[in-house]
Amino acid sequence: MATFNLNINGKTQTVDVDPSTPLLWVLRDHLNLVGTKYGCGIAQCGSCTVHLSGIAVRSCILTVSTVGNQEVTTIEGLSENGEHPVQKAWLEVDVPQCGYCQAGQIMAAAAFLENNPKPTDSEIEMALNGNICRCGTYIRIKKAVKLAVNS
Amino acid sequence: MTLLKTKIGRRAFIKNTSLASGGLVLGFSLLNACKPNDVKKMAAREMPKEWFEINAYLKIGDNGLVTIMAPNPEFGQGVITSMPMIVADELDVAWKDVLVEQANFNAEEYGWQFTGGSQGIRRRWEGLRLAGATAKQMLKEAAARTWQVPVSEISVSEGVLAHEGTQNSAGFGEMASLAAGLEIPEEVPLKEVKDFTIIGISKKSVENQKIITGKPLFGVDYQFEGALIAMVEHPPAFGMQLKSFDDTQVRKMPGIVDVFKIKTLEKDMTRGYFDTNAFTDLVAIVGKTTWEVMNAKKQLNAEWEPFAGSSFKMDRFGTQIDVEVPGGLESTDDHYARMNEMAAKAGTVARKDGNPNVAFKKAAKLIERTYTCPFLAHNCMEPMNFFAHVTDQGAKLAGPLQAPALTESTVAARLGVPVEKVEIELTRMGGGFGRRAYGHYAVEAALISKQAAAPIKLVYTREDDMTFGIYRPSYQATYRAALDENNNLIAFHVNAGGVPESPLFANRFPAGAVDNYLAEQWEINSNITIGAFRAPRSNFMAGVEQAFLDEVAEAAGKDPIDFRLELLERAKNNPVGENNEYDPDRLVGVLQLVREKSKWDEVPSGAHRGVSAYFCHNSYAAHVVDVIMEDNIPKVSKVVCAVDCGIVINPDAATNMAEGAIVDGVGNAMYGALSFRNGRPEQNNFDRYKIIRHSEAPKEIEVHFVENDIDPTGLGEPPFPPVFGALANALYKATGRRYYHQPFATDKPPLVG
Repeated sequence: MATFNLNINGKTQTVDVDPSTPLLWVLRDHLNLVGTKYGCGIAQCGSCTVHLSGIAVRSCILTVSTVGNQEVTTIEGLSENGEHPVQKAWLEVDVPQCGYCQAGQIMAAAAFLENNPKPTDSEIEMALNGNICRCGTYIRIKKAVKLAVNS
Repeated sequence: MTLLKTKIGRRAFIKNTSLASGGLVLGFSLLNACKPNDVKKMAAREMPKEWFEINAYLKIGDNGLVTIMAPNPEFGQGVITSMPMIVADELDVAWKDVLVEQANFNAEEYGWQFTGGSQGIRRRWEGLRLAGATAKQMLKEAAARTWQVPVSEISVSEGVLAHEGTQNSAGFGEMASLAAGLEIPEEVPLKEVKDFTIIGISKKSVENQKIITGKPLFGVDYQFEGALIAMVEHPPAFGMQLKSFDDTQVRKMPGIVDVFKIKTLEKDMTRGYFDTNAFTDLVAIVGKTTWEVMNAKKQLNAEWEPFAGSSFKMDRFGTQIDVEVPGGLESTDDHYARMNEMAAKAGTVARKDGNPNVAFKKAAKLIERTYTCPFLAHNCMEPMNFFAHVTDQGAKLAGPLQAPALTESTVAARLGVPVEKVEIELTRMGGGFGRRAYGHYAVEAALISKQAAAPIKLVYTREDDMTFGIYRPSYQATYRAALDENNNLIAFHVNAGGVPESPLFANRFPAGAVDNYLAEQWEINSNITIGAFRAPRSNFMAGVEQAFLDEVAEAAGKDPIDFRLELLERAKNNPVGENNEYDPDRLVGVLQLVREKSKWDEVPSGAHRGVSAYFCHNSYAAHVVDVIMEDNIPKVSKVVCAVDCGIVINPDAATNMAEGAIVDGVGNAMYGALSFRNGRPEQNNFDRYKIIRHSEAPKEIEVHFVENDIDPTGLGEPPFPPVFGALANALYKATGRRYYHQPFATDKPPLVG
């Protein structure tokens, strides 16, 4: 066990966990931030996507000891109450079916648009290709990303 | 106006001011989560001081807000929105004044709370309308008494009662107290379709705000003071069982509280049809946090042994049957070899019209093709999980379940308590697709909680989830068709089977359209467990039948849509045989609509087209799939879909579901496969099990609904199965190859001709 001072959603959070613990489980089990989801544990599905210093990362394989004092943003911290343009676009397009993967999709899309504010369709597809949606809402996700671009 | 007898029981007047009232809880949690600006924004929707419960489905606040209970479990099909829409329409309340709550499992109040079989809206249509209409009638009665006027003169619109003659008007909230105390009317009028004000007008999902902000919603998010985390270890292969385990090391690991064996079903227990379970002896590991338990699970030293086979009794919805489970470690190659052997023999005849043998001998052209598909895992994005807290007082459970009624009885039987002692809270499900109708994981959670004497949340890893069984079976079907010298279809033969069940539907199209018809089937028993997977059996039969008909149409020199319409004309005007399951008119309807909307005869440059149409789960769907070749790789550029599912409650959400079904169909047709070697699944996570991704999804999907006044007939499944066929037919046009073996991405068919 070791103590880590993490910068999560703009707040310092102190946790006492094994250094090998993935950030995903620190968020879910220790900090009660359950918006970030477990889907595969091997960085193949994208459900656990969070931002680390603004970059989309898979929190299921990111050990807490490597986070340091880098800024971590989860779906709960993307905006105060869902007013981020990507979240608003998701509502407008009524994207979710089961909804389980959508926090990961939104986090991946938000980080992508920060660096590529005018993406093509195929750039959107490739940027989000690591995020599986088992319900098959891909068309709506793409539509929402484009709506977020235009807003 | 239709008068319908009400079936709603008398309910006590409840003056509900407590925080326990769900509507209030929802309101307060929303307010707590909001910043001051949002609170101001929400002031217009202030929570009522009192709620008046009119019936189990709705309560009305003194300020006119209405809380509507969504009775069925939600797994992404949108019933948490569409079911309350039905109640709200008959009640005549404005949708903006509606709050929705997910009902917990309560069969007495809500009947059959089941998500599956595309049955939700179909089965609830009348009951939900009655719930709304009855409440409206009681509110009208309350107004009539208050104003001393005949109830027939009261009008209602958007939550306001009015009487023109006396110029009286009042909101629902003002009449709710009186209405809640009135007798339930014995008969109430229901609206005509043309008078709907909410049904048929798209509403956004009532849970989207929570989803996009990451609020706890799913079973795996369930929180309970002092709850521990549990995981289970199951045998690594079908045909194996637990021999022994050594937990010495595991018990010393950080955070580990307990390790023990559980037995989810006793050997002599009569199982229910949804108690499917290959692995009833499991090692449970209980600890403080998920990561600690996950690590301990990896270190568990368990020994497994082959089992010799077993048998058990099953109650198949009232019919007692004996089930034999063979021993042995099965492999996919053996499955296909054995299916070929079975297919070469005559099967059990399920339907025979005319004299197929004679007709086949007269054939001018004979076409015979064989199709196969592999096992599939459901792979819900949220792995199986359940919360349980079992005490001497009873069991409190919470989690994702499609068929809570079926699970509750097994939980009660295994705990040795009456069902009344088992309480199940229904959480949102991160996908279902049939998988969560099999609630073994809830039984496991209950037994672990009892043994550990603690509240626990059982969570599966992805690997646990993918290797536990309950799969879509592997199937094979051989089709034969005979054409006469004028290219008329004179005989049709299907012989279908699978491991371990047959996929055959003997009475579906083209049965009824061909004079000489033979349908046979066979089965190969297996210890690999299977379960319902989005449109069971249809998810194979639709695709292969529609691909075969495409070849027959080609051999007959006919346009594939014209060919089908010609057969359907026969089925309508002069049907062959009896018990034909489908309505030819509705199948014609979707084919004509898809032909028109896709501009069938105007194939876009560079695109290659395939069509299919199928009936299942009481509804009809047809697709036109366009495939383009990019760097020699086929990609679906566009799908145009026509669906006849009767009245559509929430059109945009219904469109979303059909889009999802199409993506799911393309994905599973192209990539889906679970294979076995010596009983062991060869894929256990998304690195080797391929799920369709963004770049592989169709670029564009258009969904068109047949407009009619038919009561809703179901939508979750029907658009899924025919996708496989339309895609195979488009791939043929694009590549010159006919694809017979799913998944198509690994099939290597030769060039045709």
